[in-house]
Amino acid sequence: MESRSNPFSELKPPLALDAALAEASRCLFCFDAPCTRACPTHIDVPAFIKKIATGNLRGSARTILEANVLGASCARVCPTEVLCEGACVMNDLHAKPIKIGQLQRHATDWAMAHGVRPFSAGPKQPGKVAILGAGPSGLACAAELTRLGIEAVIFEAGKQGGGLNTSGVAEYKMTPEFALREVSWLVEAGVQIKTGVRVGSDLTLEELEAQFDRVFVGVGLGRIGKLGIPGDDLDGVVDAIDFIAELKLERAQAKVGRRVAVIGGGNTSIDCVTQAERLGAEEVYLIYRRGPEEMPAYRHEVELARASGCRFIYLAQPVRILGRGKVEAIELARMRLGAPDASGRRRPEPVGGDNQILDVDMVISSTGQKPRSELLELLEPKGIKLDRGRVAVDERTMRTSNPSYYAGGDCVSGGKEVVNAVAEGKLAARSIAADLRHLWK
Amino acid sequence: MADLSVKFAGVQSPNPFWLASAPPTNTGDQIMRAFDAGWGGAVWKTLGEPIVNVSSRYSTVDFNGQRVMGLNNIELITDRPLAVNLREITEVKKRYPKNALIVSLMVESKREKWHEIVRAAEGAGADGLELNFGCPHGMSERGMGSAVGQVPDYTCQITEWVKEVAKTPVIVKLTPNVTDVVYPARAAKKGGADAVSLINTINSVTGVDLDTFTPRPDVGGRSAHGGYCGPAVKPIALNMISSIAKDPEVRIPISGIGGIATWRDAAEFILLGCTSVQVCTAVMHYGFRIVEDMIDGLSNYLDEKGFRSVNDLIGRSLPSVTKWEELDLNYKIVARVDQQKCIGCGVCYVACTDGAHQSIAARAEHGRTHVEIIEETCVGCNLCSLVCPVEGCISMVRDDTGRPPLTWKQYQEDPSAHKHLGPHNAH
Repeated sequence: MESRSNPFSELKPPLALDAALAEASRCLFCFDAPCTRACPTHIDVPAFIKKIATGNLRGSARTILEANVLGASCARVCPTEVLCEGACVMNDLHAKPIKIGQLQRHATDWAMAHGVRPFSAGPKQPGKVAILGAGPSGLACAAELTRLGIEAVIFEAGKQGGGLNTSGVAEYKMTPEFALREVSWLVEAGVQIKTGVRVGSDLTLEELEAQFDRVFVGVGLGRIGKLGIPGDDLDGVVDAIDFIAELKLERAQAKVGRRVAVIGGGNTSIDCVTQAERLGAEEVYLIYRRGPEEMPAYRHEVELARASGCRFIYLAQPVRILGRGKVEAIELARMRLGAPDASGRRRPEPVGGDNQILDVDMVISSTGQKPRSELLELLEPKGIKLDRGRVAVDERTMRTSNPSYYAGGDCVSGGKEVVNAVAEGKLAARSIAADLRHLWK
Repeated sequence: MADLSVKFAGVQSPNPFWLASAPPTNTGDQIMRAFDAGWGGAVWKTLGEPIVNVSSRYSTVDFNGQRVMGLNNIELITDRPLAVNLREITEVKKRYPKNALIVSLMVESKREKWHEIVRAAEGAGADGLELNFGCPHGMSERGMGSAVGQVPDYTCQITEWVKEVAKTPVIVKLTPNVTDVVYPARAAKKGGADAVSLINTINSVTGVDLDTFTPRPDVGGRSAHGGYCGPAVKPIALNMISSIAKDPEVRIPISGIGGIATWRDAAEFILLGCTSVQVCTAVMHYGFRIVEDMIDGLSNYLDEKGFRSVNDLIGRSLPSVTKWEELDLNYKIVARVDQQKCIGCGVCYVACTDGAHQSIAARAEHGRTHVEIIEETCVGCNLCSLVCPVEGCISMVRDDTGRPPLTWKQYQEDPSAHKHLGPHNAH
């Protein structure tokens, strides 16, 4: 198991050359491979692995990057256990699945270290596209458009690109330095990013529409927000997104409590739990209002949290945070599962009786990111339909109900993996290119 | 426990596992350590006139991450003084009287030279002699080794010279670098050889360095062809051995060589007619210790099969080795997939569709590849079962054609027999 001494060390270190060759040689080179089918970007996995085995790392990286221009970060952050590696036929052979993620990292790291371009800009075509947000979906959309020869400009409100890749991934999976290096790699190949431009205030949608033929919305999600219970404004109550971003971007200055309660049962909650433990918290609790079966976090992530010593408190709903000025305890109501709700999961209901008081000095709310309502409010008057706070699109094209606007990533999905955002950004780019074909002579 | 001891052309050996004449038998120290590890015999690295070697000397063929599928060498015969070798032979024989100690020889094609070296080796205590007519590099350029083995008349002639003075059994080591190895084997027999051993190494260039453009092994920017051995050559050795073992004119003991690394390999060589087997590459890779499992595994195998002695195994497979024209054209098998075991890799499908007889159908089902054999067109070629990564998933099952056995030979003799042929023959 990973040592606790360095909270920032990688969970899955890179494969050495010999290990990569041996691992690549284990691949059966399946026909119509299930790993490729399982990948949202449909990377031709057997092909890139075969190329590693033959020592053709340049070709291997190209195979990956042509399907997924963020293949280097996906190699680190993808939940391969439930995607490509979960689909690997080796599982049925009662053998360990091929380490596809680590092999992908082997090839893409080599490419980055050897000056291979992630993609080549295609011959110039008419049409200009504005992209809102430099997160994974926006980067993928921009890269694909540039590859197709269509000018694309990303407008990013923040100081740097990468979106959650830079600020929101558990540190032991990927560092912000690496995420930013990947962004620079794309910029060197032709992706244009204008940072510090807030759409709405710095640049209106009307101004964008005047300068660009199409707009891609890849603005992601916002903060998690308050828990909505008494005491949620006490010192020591933090937003999971802020917690992860702080520890990633400020490292040594990152603050963690001695006894930490993480509220919520998703993968971000797991990231908070494992990171809090690695930062030195003595006791870490994950508090979830349903049972283990209903918890949305991936099983392998839950195991990671369990291995780090986290205690899971199921069927518990925070009702109050106690403390004088700062967090001292959290009060939990006991719950039971009733009839299924709209999501199909059984709805938690209060059992009644005594509440549990848990002594903690930090509460991390990780109950799901909220939509960026300030941006969505600008889109609605443009005839862009929303669905429960998400941008509604035609899944085959990623086009919104306004034919000039496309969207992808978390603002559409409500929060999925980087690889889903890349797939959506790429699909949107291809749809936009088809859409702009009428401009070609 | 089965008896593993063999008597090879009169030479006693506690087991059939011998070290081949090669780097592992270069010194008395090595051979004594090998005997301590359990090796039954050893063929001393070839004695002859003084030579000098080059650096480097070996190169390999690796396959899918596995090292040394094949080994190539350009090393020559012993580069130690003859007197030192002879002294050590005497010492080894004295200390290990029960092990078989064969001495390999190679000198210029002159009668006196051969008489001289034979007397020296036997005088030192050799139990038998092996004439190196196989070395394919260096020595062959000087008219020795395979230059002799490739010409049956020379093979016969030198064997005769040796037999004029030899008191111990004479084994002729044959080169595989010929069109039909049966001819040199017959020549050795004609010259009076007591046994043959094969195969010596195969002419080879293992590969080219893609950065320097020099083939391997690189000797200061140049390379020369070498002799190839190791697991990759085993099928070639088995074929040559069985063809000699089947030949009614040869009929002398065979010591099998060529890619033997395990007791299983050894058992196959013995089943095809060998009385002893010789090992080199596997020892160069893993050391003398490999003999422990060779002895243990062969012994367990013999016990399980109910054989009292390894001698009961010799040549047991030869009756089933025949010519193509003797095979039954009406024997038919078809592939069958155990869907419970299938993991959906689709490798059988693509192999059959692109590489064989288009008799497997594939479709995606619940996100997996589902394959089915098209029995009507399946010719029973085995390919799918050979590429399938799952043990026992694709089996080849008998499909009774209801037609009487018919060989090509019979068919040629009686063309009307074609009415007995089935549609599977024509596909």
